[in-house]
Amino acid sequence: MATRIQFENNCEVGVFSKLTNAYCLVAIGGSENFYSVFESELADVIPVVKTSIGGTRIIGRLCAGNKNGLLLPHTTTDQELQHLRNSLPDHVVVQRIEERLSALGNCISCNDHVALTHPDLDRETEELIADVLGVEVFRQTVAGNILVGSYCAFSNRGGLVHPHTSVEDLDELSTLLQVPLVAGTVNRGSEVIAAGMTVNDWTAFCGSDTTATELSVIESVFKLREAQPSSIVDEMRKSLIDTYGQPTTFYDLLPQLFMSIMNLYPLLTGNVI
Amino acid sequence: METGSMFVPSKTMGTVLCCICGVAMPPNPANMCVSCLRSRVDITEGLRRHAAIHYCPECHSYLQPPHTWIRGLEPESQELLAFCLRRLCLPLRRLRLVHAEFIWTEPHSKRLRLRAKVQAEVIHGAILEQSHVVELTIHDRLCDSCTRVQANPDQWTAAVQLRQHVSHRRTFFYLEQLILRHSAALRAVRIAEADHGLDFFFSSESHANKFVQFINGVAPVKFRNDKQLVSHDPKSNHYNYKYTFSVEISPVCREDLICLPPKLSNALGNLGPIVLCTNVTNSIALLDPISLRSAFLDAKQYWRTPFRALLSSRQLVEYIVLDVEVESAEVAIGGSKYMMAHAQVARVADFGNNDTMFTIKTHLGHLLNPGDYALGYDLYAANHNDFEIDQYKGRLVLPEVVLVKKSYQRRGKPRAWKLKGLNMEVDTTSLGRADEEKRNTEYEEFLRDLEENPELRFNISLYRNKEYQPSEMASTVDGDDVPAIPLEELLAELDLSEEDEENQGADNMNE
Repeated sequence: MATRIQFENNCEVGVFSKLTNAYCLVAIGGSENFYSVFESELADVIPVVKTSIGGTRIIGRLCAGNKNGLLLPHTTTDQELQHLRNSLPDHVVVQRIEERLSALGNCISCNDHVALTHPDLDRETEELIADVLGVEVFRQTVAGNILVGSYCAFSNRGGLVHPHTSVEDLDELSTLLQVPLVAGTVNRGSEVIAAGMTVNDWTAFCGSDTTATELSVIESVFKLREAQPSSIVDEMRKSLIDTYGQPTTFYDLLPQLFMSIMNLYPLLTGNVI
Repeated sequence: METGSMFVPSKTMGTVLCCICGVAMPPNPANMCVSCLRSRVDITEGLRRHAAIHYCPECHSYLQPPHTWIRGLEPESQELLAFCLRRLCLPLRRLRLVHAEFIWTEPHSKRLRLRAKVQAEVIHGAILEQSHVVELTIHDRLCDSCTRVQANPDQWTAAVQLRQHVSHRRTFFYLEQLILRHSAALRAVRIAEADHGLDFFFSSESHANKFVQFINGVAPVKFRNDKQLVSHDPKSNHYNYKYTFSVEISPVCREDLICLPPKLSNALGNLGPIVLCTNVTNSIALLDPISLRSAFLDAKQYWRTPFRALLSSRQLVEYIVLDVEVESAEVAIGGSKYMMAHAQVARVADFGNNDTMFTIKTHLGHLLNPGDYALGYDLYAANHNDFEIDQYKGRLVLPEVVLVKKSYQRRGKPRAWKLKGLNMEVDTTSLGRADEEKRNTEYEEFLRDLEENPELRFNISLYRNKEYQPSEMASTVDGDDVPAIPLEELLAELDLSEEDEENQGADNMNE
């Protein structure tokens, strides 16, 4: 279900929040309205954490994460790091990395299996991403823009990219990410997708300028209409609990994850598995 | 695969949904389809849709405030379109004008409609083009000069008085044709004939000055100007004057016989004091008929030592040539050819009656054959009362006859060409019958002069005479050495009447 929301009268909600399948980070605002919307949607399901990174409120663009981990830039203070380690669930690995490109949210766009990164990212950072987030990393550009974290937003079920992406690029990205992709806009024709909205597998939050058409496109590509949060989270929990008895490797979890994805993957882009 | 160039993969643009209406469209910077953009954004907001322009029905000019009246703007022309666009004051900083055109309106409706296509940048760099229709109302208003003309049609601010103190009007016939050819008197409010000259009246001093400069370039003149205060406004220090230019043309004309004053003769290299004036433009061309030397005097030099003619073309006498002996080869001086010859001539009046013959040197050897008639000055029998000749005190030996030109037998043959005239006011009451006859004979002589001298015709427009029918009789009887103007030099008159279709399009017959 997609919700329209504003942070202190600003429609760029992807700048001030970070939403994943396991947790949600929210910036500290003057009034509690922003936080309360997230809380009303997500409180029973995942923890909603209020934080700042490096003293700033633009947390959505500075950090990158999925259900497995969270990467923070070198500007994060120790107190913030500690606060996040305390507030987030234990299975989420919180790691601060030394990287020249410190706006990690603009450079890395990821879901629980695949990540797209800025082509100029360091080799060590790429390895760290693969380790901490547990994803396969691809260096890519979106519609000729190198800031892939800003111009595309994708979850495990679908993705939305910059409107000027050509058909060939869309096919290529879709093959890499293994999710259906659509070129579209958010916030009444804004091309900066990830700054205008934030999304996970069952819910999305968009800026209040988003038109009905854009909202319907978002709901259809991210499959938000029939999504039940609890079932997805329970499935994930079950897979995790199963493996407490045995050493967990990525390849053990792979069939279950693959099955859940297979059920939800339409043939929109013509990519047949 | 091209060698040496990069492989560029093909990029097909996909379609996105318009964020407002959801219709599929190629992506653009605004990410809205054109109709949504048009319905939301109006780039012509704030532009004027109505304007008023002022038009003077007398002189067909349009007012550009505050004071300028612009003429020559034809309806539905580019210049009128530019003028109307200027009056609209489009904010060209944010808009770009791409196209403008008139929409048809009835000419008497006093409305002009035009459609302008403007482009402007809207959100996120998308450029939107919109067409904007403007209606202009034409208000009739007499311009300042037309009001002045209406109030007092004879009102003039500057006058040019052109004078030449000789007893004939040949110069003024020639000047009239020159003025017509170069349209120098277009701005004249009135042209009046005065004795010994013409008066031109203008409504502004600059027009009069331009006319005086034109005359200065075609005739040897001296001029002075004066002004008279009509009124003045002490508060704004604005003075209204009437300006007068007094222009005097030198009294020396073509075919005049002149005796040069001794100083001038020395200055010109001892040019024999008896000279013939061959051509007058803005300088005077003098030719010594005995030695075939020539000199040119321009206006300043002339007016420093002014002299008058000894004998003028009224006093030409007809001679018959009895014998010609060519002495020297053909010489070309100042564009015309002369040949020195000895000739034996007798006055036509004497021819049958007595044996008076003169043996003279003449410069017309290339034209004369025995049996021809020529016109010349009879110095043998002339009684002259001239200051300059007295100065020579008898050192001077005068030739007996100076031949000037060949004369042709002419019947009253109708001419194939005609001239146009300036519309001047002639004071007919003061002219008697004798003056009119004199005027007509002078005009006839002028026309004959034009036929004989191609260099005179150079600056004049001659028009084809439509009523001319060459009659069979005349062409067989007349001798074929009478000079006539060839047809190529004649212009066809521009006739805008609807019945005469053969002249449409044939504006100029010159090759």
